[in-house]
Amino acid sequence: MNGIWDVIKIIIPGAIAYTMPILMGALGGLYSERSGVTNLCIEGLMLFGCFASAATIVKLQALGMNYTLTIVCGICVAMLASMALSYLHALASIKLKADQTISGTAINMLSTALSLFLAQTITGSGNITIVRGIIRNNIPILSKIPVVGPLFFSQTYWTTWLCLIVWGVSYFLLYKTNFGLRLRACGEHPSAVASAGVNVHKMRYIGVLLSGMLSGLGGAVILVTYAGEYNSGAGINGLGFLAIAALIFGQWKPLGILGSTAFFGLFMTIANTGRVIPGIASIPTGFLGLFPYLATLIALILSSKKSRAPLASGQPF
Amino acid sequence: MTKESTKVIKEPLKVKKVPSFLVSITAVILGVIAGSILILIIGKNPIVGFERLLFGAFSNKRRIGNTLSMSTQLILMGLSFSFAYKTGLFNIGGSGQMLMGGIVSTILGHYLPSSMPKPVYIMIVVIGAVLIGGLWGLIAGFLKAKFNVHEVVSSIMLNWIAYWLVYDFIPRFVKDQAIAVKSKPLDFSRTLGLEWLRKATGMSTLNLGFLFAIIACVVIWFILEKTTLGYNLKAVGANKYCAEYAGIKIQRSIMISMAIAGALAGLAGLTYYCGYSNLMEMGKMPNEGFDGIAVALLGNCSPIGVFFAAIFFGALKMGKGSLAATGIPTELADTIIATIIYFTATSVIIASFWNKIYKKRYEKKKAKLEGEEKK
Amino acid sequence: MSHVIEMLGIRKEFPGIVANDNINLQVEEGEIHAILGENGAGKSTLMSILFGLYQADKGVIKVRGKEVSIKSPNDAFDLGIGMVHQHFQLVHNFTVAENIILGKEGGFVYDIKSASKKIKEISKHYGLEIEPDMVIEDITVGMQQRVEILKMLYRDADILIFDEPTAVLTPQEIDELMVIMKNLASEGKSIILITHKLDEIKRVAKRCTVIRRGKFIGVVDVATTSVNEMAAMMVGRPVSFKVEKAPKTPGEAVLEVENLNVLNNKGVLGVKDFSLSVRRGEIVGIAGVDGNGQTELVEAITGLRKIQSGSIKFLGEDISTLSIKDRNEKGLGHIPEDRQKRGLILSMPIASNMVIKDFDKAPFSKNGILNKDAIRDYSQEIVDKFDVRSGEGIDSLAGMLSGGNQQKAIIGREVTEDPDLLIAVQPTRGLDVGAIEFIHQAIVAQRDKGKAVLLVSFELDEIFNLSDRIAVINSGRLIDIVKTEETDVHDVGLMMAGIKAENKEENK
Repeated sequence: MNGIWDVIKIIIPGAIAYTMPILMGALGGLYSERSGVTNLCIEGLMLFGCFASAATIVKLQALGMNYTLTIVCGICVAMLASMALSYLHALASIKLKADQTISGTAINMLSTALSLFLAQTITGSGNITIVRGIIRNNIPILSKIPVVGPLFFSQTYWTTWLCLIVWGVSYFLLYKTNFGLRLRACGEHPSAVASAGVNVHKMRYIGVLLSGMLSGLGGAVILVTYAGEYNSGAGINGLGFLAIAALIFGQWKPLGILGSTAFFGLFMTIANTGRVIPGIASIPTGFLGLFPYLATLIALILSSKKSRAPLASGQPF
Repeated sequence: MTKESTKVIKEPLKVKKVPSFLVSITAVILGVIAGSILILIIGKNPIVGFERLLFGAFSNKRRIGNTLSMSTQLILMGLSFSFAYKTGLFNIGGSGQMLMGGIVSTILGHYLPSSMPKPVYIMIVVIGAVLIGGLWGLIAGFLKAKFNVHEVVSSIMLNWIAYWLVYDFIPRFVKDQAIAVKSKPLDFSRTLGLEWLRKATGMSTLNLGFLFAIIACVVIWFILEKTTLGYNLKAVGANKYCAEYAGIKIQRSIMISMAIAGALAGLAGLTYYCGYSNLMEMGKMPNEGFDGIAVALLGNCSPIGVFFAAIFFGALKMGKGSLAATGIPTELADTIIATIIYFTATSVIIASFWNKIYKKRYEKKKAKLEGEEKK
Repeated sequence: MSHVIEMLGIRKEFPGIVANDNINLQVEEGEIHAILGENGAGKSTLMSILFGLYQADKGVIKVRGKEVSIKSPNDAFDLGIGMVHQHFQLVHNFTVAENIILGKEGGFVYDIKSASKKIKEISKHYGLEIEPDMVIEDITVGMQQRVEILKMLYRDADILIFDEPTAVLTPQEIDELMVIMKNLASEGKSIILITHKLDEIKRVAKRCTVIRRGKFIGVVDVATTSVNEMAAMMVGRPVSFKVEKAPKTPGEAVLEVENLNVLNNKGVLGVKDFSLSVRRGEIVGIAGVDGNGQTELVEAITGLRKIQSGSIKFLGEDISTLSIKDRNEKGLGHIPEDRQKRGLILSMPIASNMVIKDFDKAPFSKNGILNKDAIRDYSQEIVDKFDVRSGEGIDSLAGMLSGGNQQKAIIGREVTEDPDLLIAVQPTRGLDVGAIEFIHQAIVAQRDKGKAVLLVSFELDEIFNLSDRIAVINSGRLIDIVKTEETDVHDVGLMMAGIKAENKEENK
């Protein structure tokens, strides 16, 4: 009995940590697709955020800045940098009416190449490792609650709460405000929005830029929580594409993607901590590694029949 | 319809339309300019940089051989992407298909008896690589056709599944005792290398694969232009609703197209891991899957365009090795490639730029003619 | 009387075509002013300029005597101009209220409750019954149109543009709309009615501006001008909309549909227990408002959609499980509803499009290799015979052709196959009178050759002109089948709304 509890105590906090970056990526994708722009460059945007935050943190720490402050700066820079990169996608897909899949792919490649190019210029190697990430904290009082406390409120990263707040604010923005109403309408029937006197292009620019910002946040969170380094070789292991899959699996709804990213986060944790979990430790690393991707494929098959994709997503206006 | 209105419609047709190769060349020039700016930003001399790139790619027989050898995979991957793209599919799964082709040929290379005559051996590995690559593509096609799973997302997942399978298979089947993360190197006689070709090109890695790539170009061109299969697939790609209405089986077409694309990528895996190189590394996703997209887009998805675009990118990738001495990061080459695709993706601006020039020219001519008529 | 709207010397060019050439329009306050013109004459362009969706290349717009520049729909709203679009501008998964307030929500967080209250007040005032909480995709087309009108009234528009508002309505709904329009006018609103239907103009409009091929033809007083005079102005020559058709006795049944049930895209039955037969030498017209199961019915017969139950017999053989290709080869021709989506591959040349159903058969290919010469000869034949005009003949991309020529190409392709059954869905949508006449003649020629024709159209005039029998469909059910000469527009209209005329029972 105790053994299972120990395993759960490893898996759940780990799953939460793995979920947050995917959640931010998926939420970014949600803004973009709900505004009517297919965004396949979440991967590249997240990677660029990861790189930008790593570079910023390393540089600022070298200057002797307080390390929490450097992390805050790193996250902000990551959001801005990815937003700048997403502007290229916005420009191509909205103004120039380019094929959005191609543009997204180009951004992904550009992100990989450019971040590596810059990393080589800055550090001389393809990797940037930060000295310290975020120190985990127990939440006062809440962490003392039996069962729930150790699982959800002990040893947490503050970025987790930041991501959850971003998620909550997004929910409110999308469903309660003018902005959300217009954004969602742009993804379904842009000409209706235009005939109501709203600038569709502007809404779509906002959607794509927000997706850049949130993906950048997600990338930075990967770095400052569990990864600790920007690695040009592995990149972010297709997490950005998992985020897109989560978006589809979550039916383009905030609550849905919270569930689906948690689901993928759980699988990522099992894959990455499998060796310490009794019972599955004997499974070869390779098979554990492919597990989340296989699970994602199956999830996509299951959710494909009742797809509620925004009608106008991917169509230039 | 009366004659007047057809006349009105006919007029703009006379304005020359921009040929696609001009758009591609413009994109290349823009990519080179972007690269130069990057070099300038880090305080180096772009001319020296590009000179080194050319030097690295073409300065002697061996380098030319290596460039062509590097281009081999790019040709096949470019064809793979182009073929699927003509059917309206975005095969981003080239890397995974290539990995699967590579691991199967590597395993075959190690396990097939060495007494087997080379032609038979080559035939078997080619079939093996093509079949497994085709299967990997077919899975994505099947998921798209039967479950409407977007092929981009499913192919990416299949890439990572292939990545982890290779991660598992290398130590399991073809372990190198000396280096833990690599497969045992294949004997030269078990690769696509040809002794005389190697000697003729100053011991370069140029191999039989280049011939395969040229044959593939011709075959794909023939399929697309001359056969009912090509017509069928292109119709699905251009307008699947109309194709469906006409009685073409869309789902079958999607699966065939992805399988053929996968087969080409599988073949690229063979030429890369058992030709250009002779071993596989664990935990390495080949870039060629994405580079193939760049090649295809730059080559306007036509086999001949793909061929030349692949040589160009091959030169960039081969030449970048010589950059190191200048202090310019070798990633410059990939940055230029990525920039070029972005410009090809937004080729609308390039095309409209040229079209404007053409139109101005046309209007000038027209005004002149009208002026003459009045006289 | 003062002019509330004046558009003077308006010119608008699109690449390759002059959509509006020196057009004038003057609308008086409180009048219903019609703009009459054929499809493609430039009416919608003119109104889009007034509504701010396009900018004119030349010309002056005055609203209430003041010269204005209208750069976006917002400018139009500010001037009190609103537009009810032909293709409804409604978000399908939003509620009525959300659609109405979209773009004019007020505040950062919108207040749907008070908006709903205001909507209800307006709807009561003008007699436009509506339920603000209903989702658009669940309400009828007529109700959707009311939402469009309310959208304008919610924005306090007092100049209302109606763009082809009756295209999607039953005759009874049209009657209601006419009353609504008159009500609005009597409340002091000025109304511009864009249409190509003369009887509607006769019923409501005071004056009418006629446009032909982008050019201003004239303004007429509706009360003192006959329908024929207006028609001649619209087309440029005297026209008769009647199609010449000799009586003919139908032969054996070609298509027999029995107790057919088909699911629609929402997963519920779109065609319910539907039975119908079409015989040699007759045209059976299916009348109904768009979205009542016509698409599902046609897709089931042609094989594009699976059936739930029932049978589809073609010359006595059940074809309901055959592939699309097998059905085509048995002799089923299909002019699809959307010629640009289904009918043609716009990015391919005409030659390729002409053999899209037969490219894999001799003489167009052999052993999987295409025979381009055979394809070209065959296509050239169709193009010549059906007078398909284009810039570069059979090498022109299908997308470069005008709508009328695209449709002629499709009809040419289908008719040349000589099918025993021709299914024509909305064959003349959006075409000008010349093309319409040509296509009607081609369809009647099939019937006269002893083939069966199933015609689906939302234009009652077309149904009455061509059909030997009329089958009326409502929410996927067959309401009744009647002989054309034994019924009239009023009865068919009632049936389209689902009400069956009792005394016509014996015709079934």
